[in-house]
Amino acid sequence: MITAIEPTQVRTPAPVPTSGPAPVAAAAKPEPVRIACRNVDFYYGDFHGLKSINLDFRDRQVTALIGPSGCGKSTLLRTFNRIYSLYPEQRATGEIILDGRNILAASTDVNELRSRVGMVFQKPTPFPMSIYDNVAFGIRLNQRIGRAEMDVRVEEALRKAALWTEVKDKLRQSGMGLSGGQQQRLCIARTIAQKPEVILLDEPTSALDPISTGKVEELIDQLKSEFTIVIVTHNMQQAARISQYTAFMYLGEVIEFGPTNQIFMTPTKKQTHDYVTGRFG
Amino acid sequence: MSAAVTEQVMHLSDTAPAARRSHAVFDRSFRVLCMLSAATVLLVLIGILGSIVYGGWPAFREFGFWGFLTGSRWNVAQEVFGAWPAVAGTLLCALIALVIGVPISLGIAIFLTQLSPKWLKGPIATAVELLAAVPSIIFGMWGLFVFAPLVSQYMQVPLNSVVEGVPIVGTILYSAVPSGTGIFTAGVILALMIIPFIASITRDMLDQIPSILRESAYGMGCTTWEVVRHVLVPQTAVALVGAVMLGLGRALGETMAVTFVVGNANRLSASLLDPGSTIASRIANEYNEAGDLQLSALMALGCILFIVTFSVLIVARLLVARIGKQ
Amino acid sequence: MTTANTAMPETVLAPEEAHWGRVRASRRIADRSLKLICTAFTVLGVFVLGWILLMLLFEGITALSPAIFTQVTPGPGTAGGGLANAIVGSILLTFLGIAIATPIGILAGTYLAEYARTSKLAALIRFINDVLLSAPSILIGLFVYTFAVAPLGSYSGWAGSIALAIIAVPVIVRTTEDMLRLVPSGLREAAAALGAPTSRVVTLVTWRAAKAGIVTGLVLATARIAGETAPLLFTAFNNNFWFNTNLMGGVSNLPVTIYQFALSPYGNWQQLAWAGAFLITITILGLSILARYVINKDNAR
Repeated sequence: MITAIEPTQVRTPAPVPTSGPAPVAAAAKPEPVRIACRNVDFYYGDFHGLKSINLDFRDRQVTALIGPSGCGKSTLLRTFNRIYSLYPEQRATGEIILDGRNILAASTDVNELRSRVGMVFQKPTPFPMSIYDNVAFGIRLNQRIGRAEMDVRVEEALRKAALWTEVKDKLRQSGMGLSGGQQQRLCIARTIAQKPEVILLDEPTSALDPISTGKVEELIDQLKSEFTIVIVTHNMQQAARISQYTAFMYLGEVIEFGPTNQIFMTPTKKQTHDYVTGRFG
Repeated sequence: MSAAVTEQVMHLSDTAPAARRSHAVFDRSFRVLCMLSAATVLLVLIGILGSIVYGGWPAFREFGFWGFLTGSRWNVAQEVFGAWPAVAGTLLCALIALVIGVPISLGIAIFLTQLSPKWLKGPIATAVELLAAVPSIIFGMWGLFVFAPLVSQYMQVPLNSVVEGVPIVGTILYSAVPSGTGIFTAGVILALMIIPFIASITRDMLDQIPSILRESAYGMGCTTWEVVRHVLVPQTAVALVGAVMLGLGRALGETMAVTFVVGNANRLSASLLDPGSTIASRIANEYNEAGDLQLSALMALGCILFIVTFSVLIVARLLVARIGKQ
Repeated sequence: MTTANTAMPETVLAPEEAHWGRVRASRRIADRSLKLICTAFTVLGVFVLGWILLMLLFEGITALSPAIFTQVTPGPGTAGGGLANAIVGSILLTFLGIAIATPIGILAGTYLAEYARTSKLAALIRFINDVLLSAPSILIGLFVYTFAVAPLGSYSGWAGSIALAIIAVPVIVRTTEDMLRLVPSGLREAAAALGAPTSRVVTLVTWRAAKAGIVTGLVLATARIAGETAPLLFTAFNNNFWFNTNLMGGVSNLPVTIYQFALSPYGNWQQLAWAGAFLITITILGLSILARYVINKDNAR
C-alpha cells in the first residue's frame, strides 16, 4: 500500500504529531486521539477533491469542519464511514486510523465500520416505518435482543436524543409524521442507539428552523460526553458555539486546525482570518 | 424560432376586424376539435364495453351470467357454451406468469439500480426495453419452436415417469399429452413478456428514491440486502404493487403469444402441464368460423375479460398514480 | 499488512469489543444471496433476449430471398411464394392507422395539456387513456368488428386501420401531453401577452417547442401497432392475394400471415413466417431505437 512507507516516524506512543499548530499548546493535557488521518487524498474520477489531509480528532470532543462550499469538508466527513464507496468513481487513499486499524484498507468491513461511525445527514431521513422501529432498526442489525431489553434501549436512545417526552405516546406511528426538527432528532436517536464510537454530522441543521436548530445544538453538546463528534457546518456561529476544535478547509486542503477559540479569535493564517471574519466564503 | 413566432403573432394583432373575427372562429373551432378528440378516448372505452355487452347478450340470456361463467363445457356441435375452462386457464396462466416474472423483474431492477457497474447499466436497460418492444407473435414463435420442445423433452417426459400414480402431485404435474404446449408453457412465455415491463417501471421507481435516504441506510451499516428489504421496498411498496398489477393486466389480455403455446384445448385439465385455453386465445381461434350463438358466447367471454382486466388495470393505475403525487 | 500495523499512530480503542466483530455472518450470507440472485436473474433475462433475437436472426436470414419481396403469399400446398402482398398490406394498414390516430391523439393531448389541465373531466380522460394503454388488443378487435365489419358483412382494410388507430391513440395522447407539459409556461405567457389567442399560442409556440417529443410519440406508436396481430384477426383478416384497391375484403398483412403460416404444417409457409417475423422485428426495433435517438438528441440540445 502507498501509505506503508510514510508513517514510520509516527511510531511513538506519545501524543500524535499533527499538521498545523498542535492543539497540545492550547490544552494542558490533550484528550487522546480517536480518529487519525494520515495523508488522505480523495478523487472524484479525475478530480482531486482532498489533498494530503493530516488531522487528529480528539476523543469525546466536537470537531467542526468549516470552509466555503466545495472546500472538501463534506468529502472528508464522508471518508470516515466510507459512505463514498457507494459511488464507484470515488476513491480515497492514505490512512484513516480508528480502533488501531486503517479503515481505508480494502479488508475493512464497511457494514461494521458504519455501525461504529454513525452519520446524520443534511435532511432528516426517517425510514418508512414506525418511530420505534426506526430506533430499533440499527440495534436489530447487529444484535438479537428480547422485547423488554429492546424497549429499554429504544427509550434510552430517544431520551438521549431529547425526543422521548415528545414521542413516547406515539411510538407506533410513522416516523414520517414528525416535524422536521423531531425527524432529525429521531435520526440522531437511531444513530446513537447503535452505540457508535463516532458520530458524523453533515450540516445537520441546514434544513431546520432556528428553534429546532437550537435543540439539536444543545443535544450535540450533551452527546459529546459519550461520543466523538465531527460536524460539517456552513454556519460559523454554530461551529463557534458547539465545537472544541475547528478545522478550516479550503480547496481540498486543511488550512488551519486548532482549538475553536484560537481559530476564531487568533487565526494564524490570513485565509482563515478572512473566512471567519466573513470576508470571503 | 421565437423571433419568427413573435413576428407572426405581432402580425396577427395588426389585422383588420374581419380577419380578427375569422381568427376568433378558428380559435373556437380549434378548442372544440381538441375537446372532441379527447372525448374519443371516452367513446372508445364506452364503445368497447357496449359492443361486447351487446354481442354477448344472447349468450348471457341463454345460459345466465353465472351459468355461463361457471359452465365447464364448451361444445360447438351441441351449442353448449361455458366460460369456466377459458376463465380458469386465463387466471392460471397469469398466475404462473406472475410467480415467475415478478421475482425476476425485481431482481433485474435491483441489479440495475443497486449493483450494476456504471458501464453495464445503459446496455442492459436498453436491452430490457427493447425486449418490451418485440411483438408478441415473436414470443409465440419462440415458445412454440424452441421452448415447447424443451419443456416436452426435459420436463414433461422425465416428470411423467416420476409423478405417475402419485396422488395430488401426479394430478397436477402429469401431462397426458407431453407435447410441450400447455398452461405452464404459456405462463412462462407470458412471464417473459411482462418482465421487461415490470422491471423498467420498478427501476424508475427505485431511481426516484432520494439518494440521501439510501445513503443514510447504508450509513447505519446496512448491507445492500437490508437497504432493499427495509427501506427501498417499503418506500415503493404501493407503486410496486401497481406495477405488478399492470403486468397482470397485460398477462390476462395477451392473445397471440398464448395462442401459439397454450395448446387450445376446450376442456379444463387438472394438470398444469396439459393443454388448455385462455379467453383471448379462444376468441382468436374460433371467432372467424363461429356460428351465431358461438359468436355471442365468444363476445360474452370478451365481456368477462373486459371486467377482469379493466378492474386490475384501474386499481393498478390508481396505485401507481398515488406514488406519483407524493 | 504487518508493517502498516506497527506504523499505526496510537488511537483510543473502543471501550468494549476492541476487536471488530459485530456483524453476524447471517447478514453477509443474506446480502451475498441477494446480489447473486439479482445478478443471475439479469443474466437470465439478457440470455433469453439474446436467444430470441439470435434465433430470429438465424432463421430469418436463412429464409430471406428476393422472392419474399416480389411474389405473393402462396396458397396451401403451393411451393415457393413470397410476402410481397403482406408487406405492402402491413405498411398500408400501419400508415392508415397512424394517419387516423395522429390528429386525434395530438388534439386530445393538447386538450389535456393546454385547455383542461386541472378539470375533473380531463383527469377522467387522462385516467381512461392510461388504462387503454394496456388494454387487451383483442377486445379492440371485437369492438371494431361489431361496428365496422358486421354491419358491412365484409372484412376490410379500413376496419383493420381503425383497430390499429385505436391502439395508437392512447400512446400519442400520453406522449403529446407529457411533452407539452414540459414546455415552460413563460413561453406561452409571452405569446399570449402579445395578444395571441390560445389556438395560436398552441399551434405556433407550444407545438413547435414540443415538436421532437411529439414526433417521438408518433414513432413509438408506429412501433407499437406495426406488430399487432390480435386486432387484425377479425378486422383486416388476411388472404393470399393482392387486395382490392378499395381495401374491402380481406387485406393481407404480415402479422396475421406469420400467425397462420407459423402454425401451418407446410415447410415453405413456416420459412415465410420466419422471414416475416425477422422483417417485422427489425422494423420495430429500428423504430424504437430511432425514437430513443430523437429523444436523446432533443435532450442534448
